[in-house]
Amino acid sequence: MFSIIPLLGIACFAYIIAKRIAPLLRSAPDFRLDQLWVRLTRSLKFWLGQWKQPRYLVAGVLHIIIFVGFLVLSVRSVSLVALGVSERFVMPGFSGEAGSFYNVVKDYAATLVFLCVVIAAIRRVVFKPARYAVPARYGKDHTAEAVFVLALIAILMASESLFEASSAAFATVQGQTAASLAPLSIAWASKNVLLSFPRPLLQQLHLGAYLIHELTFFTFLCFLPLGKHFHVITSLFNVYFAKLQRGTVKPVKWGVADEHLDQVKSFGVKKFEDFTWKHMLDFYSCADCGRCSDQCPANAVGRPLSPRFITIKAREYGFRHYPLFGNSKASEPLIGGIYSEDEIWSCTTCGACEEECPILMEYVDKIVDLRRGMIDDGNVPQSLQKPLKSLESRGNPYGKLEKKKAEWTKAKEFQQTCNVKVLDGKNSAETLYFVDSITSYDDRMQAIGRATARILSDAGEDFGILGAAEKDSGHEVRRFGEEMLFQSLRDHNQDAIKASGVRRIVSADPHACNALKNDYKDVPPVEHISQVIARSVKTGKIKLKQSENENAVYTYHDPCYLGRHNQIYDEPRAVLDAIPGLKRVEMSRSKDRSFCCGGGGLMLFYEPKEDQRMGVLRVKMAAEAGANAIVTACPFCMANMEDAIKVAGFEEKMTVIDLAELVDKHIVRESSNAM
Amino acid sequence: MEILVCVRRVPDTSENEIQLNSAGNDIERDDLVYSVNEWDNYAVEEAIQIVDRVGGNVTVATVGGEDDEEILRREMAMGAKHGVLISDEAFNGSDGRGYATILAAFVKKGKYDLVLTGVQAEAGEAQVGGMMAAMLDYPFASLVNSIEVLDGKLKVSREIEGGNKEMNEIDLPCVLSIQTGINEPRYVGIRGIRQVASVEIPSYGASDLGLDASVIGEAAAKVKRVDYFVPAMTKGAEMLQGDREEIAGKVVDLIKAKGGLK
Repeated sequence: MFSIIPLLGIACFAYIIAKRIAPLLRSAPDFRLDQLWVRLTRSLKFWLGQWKQPRYLVAGVLHIIIFVGFLVLSVRSVSLVALGVSERFVMPGFSGEAGSFYNVVKDYAATLVFLCVVIAAIRRVVFKPARYAVPARYGKDHTAEAVFVLALIAILMASESLFEASSAAFATVQGQTAASLAPLSIAWASKNVLLSFPRPLLQQLHLGAYLIHELTFFTFLCFLPLGKHFHVITSLFNVYFAKLQRGTVKPVKWGVADEHLDQVKSFGVKKFEDFTWKHMLDFYSCADCGRCSDQCPANAVGRPLSPRFITIKAREYGFRHYPLFGNSKASEPLIGGIYSEDEIWSCTTCGACEEECPILMEYVDKIVDLRRGMIDDGNVPQSLQKPLKSLESRGNPYGKLEKKKAEWTKAKEFQQTCNVKVLDGKNSAETLYFVDSITSYDDRMQAIGRATARILSDAGEDFGILGAAEKDSGHEVRRFGEEMLFQSLRDHNQDAIKASGVRRIVSADPHACNALKNDYKDVPPVEHISQVIARSVKTGKIKLKQSENENAVYTYHDPCYLGRHNQIYDEPRAVLDAIPGLKRVEMSRSKDRSFCCGGGGLMLFYEPKEDQRMGVLRVKMAAEAGANAIVTACPFCMANMEDAIKVAGFEEKMTVIDLAELVDKHIVRESSNAM
Repeated sequence: MEILVCVRRVPDTSENEIQLNSAGNDIERDDLVYSVNEWDNYAVEEAIQIVDRVGGNVTVATVGGEDDEEILRREMAMGAKHGVLISDEAFNGSDGRGYATILAAFVKKGKYDLVLTGVQAEAGEAQVGGMMAAMLDYPFASLVNSIEVLDGKLKVSREIEGGNKEMNEIDLPCVLSIQTGINEPRYVGIRGIRQVASVEIPSYGASDLGLDASVIGEAAAKVKRVDYFVPAMTKGAEMLQGDREEIAGKVVDLIKAKGGLK
């Protein structure tokens, strides 16, 4: 009988896993077998080291204890199964001293896991952290499943302890030397209680505890792949195969070169099987912890998007269409089925969800793939069609004339002090200032362009711009799923950059920086202006004077594509701190937890359904931090924040300024020395 | 249902800064970008949606030159099955009646149950649809903003004064001029256009359509453009000066002053 339970259990588990693998075999390709060493070290950090868990301290610590407990007890669980087959079984390497030491450790592990499970259940049922709630539109509450699994774990811990305790109590009563149990562990406490029990009862308890443990263990094992606890098995693989390159977007189809894309019949994800196997593995691996949606700015402002449910809905779809019994069902379109159009357009690709996910799931690539599918079907909001069309015909989303791209350099007062070269073949330069559309054409943002140019010239850079030859970087075009339009913009710019002969590129627009750095090929190294300023301040090329505004308390807002996607957090702060007398505070959500301003590029044209603007929430966060001036380093942040200040009615108490503008105001210049 | 949609390529008003040329007889065309006339695009989308519901084919036709093929391909990428270029030097300088004559001749060559045009072209006079219908002796409805297919006829609604709707039944074959907002035209990107890049677009000339030079072209035109000018500023029009912020502020003040905002 002791062999039948494991045999049945393992057969059942194998069957379920085979069924779960079925959709992966029909999925899109995804190349993840490279960089073995990097993947291994990341697995050590994020899986074994549970690196992201403490970002939510209470839940994180509980999870770490349960996780470590599971690792410790997995050895015990396997040997318990083996004990059923052979009573004298000893796990190799666990005899003698090592075995005794292990026994102490595992008694405490079981006790701690048991306690944590009880605390977790109380949290779930009594305190109900908001991020676990399931809004009505996403289905029923998930508490029952969570508590059921917690109960299974508690039973496992209790039965294992009882198994040990009854045996030890029996031996003690018999007058034999009993295995010593770890003091204060559940096993130890149980043993002390059991000492007064009659011997036959102890024998029955011992056997009963074993059976309960085995039954629970295999029930648990087979239950894992049925829901969110699949992560217990899949998270290691999910972390190992996680995406390695930040700031990038997956190709339309892995293995198909850009020049062969015309042969790809359908673009993007339209049905479940269009997802890659890794993206399906993501769906399986989601632990439903709700951290992604808790951080998601779209979710926070009431847009119809919650990353958590992007995953949960796909997982439920997968389970429904690839059932454990019977054949797989015909696939249905995802848009209009489990996802709505607005849901998929609501994402600003800020990356907050991905930054938070303890098991490194991807969202941006999935959103982009779903958008590619909609674009391919012509299913694009009217508000986005005009700017896309203008990008195609004019190379910018505003439909402005190409020949006016460099007009921002011709402002009278500016031109007298700073002459910006246009690298049109007659002029050449060492450095290219890639301006991009919004800074070139938007009245307000042109000031950022001029500040940037003045700083570059003060820093002694030999620089120029492409002028009419520069088209939009296409950063948002790609992230909105219009891959072919993006590629035509990219190819044009790559040629223009090559023709200009520059050796480095600088931009004040993080979106442009990210595109040039991560989406373009064979272009010179790219830097954001904040990096140039930080270096120039360090080397003394730029000197900064006393903060102009003594009453200003500044706070730095990390633009998503400078911070999270490119890990540039310190340089802009170093620059601010280099201005003597400048007062600076941090918002509670800063650096990798920065809160998106509302999104850049095409997102400025999109009309989302939302309760309030992301920018308004952000401006309020700045006020809460005690700041009265927000410094950002991105023209789109500027656009969103300026609007938000007006919408929130904060004109009197909050201003926003770009880092380049602030530095430009504080540079010590010879002319000002002379004055 | 076989549907013909007459389309036209026009300078895109949202993407051009339209200025008069120095001679004052036309607009400056050097930096213009063109696209399909906005109303026509709605008409094509409507035709595709009708065919999706009841079956049939959509053909798009334009009177113009080689450059105009671009918009035919764009509409074919949307889902129109055939594109036809009606092109002949003899057509140059035609007035609205001339274009209606050319299109009517083309309609007669085929078997179309329904002919759609846009209400007007961005640079046009909103006259071709009605004249063509008269020449074909087809019934005509203008400013159509919904179409329902019945047996042998259509139920169409027209936009009338004050945003009201008027429902009509109209016998097939007929000509309808389509108003914007009737649907949400689908997006066409570079990829879609590339996919129809190699589809052949037949071209018809005056002789193919049996048109005599006396009814088309400049010589036959009875309406001639005499002048192009920017209207002089008159009383009652106030041009607001200043940067964006100032202008916005002034607009708000004006609306408040007139009682539009409280």
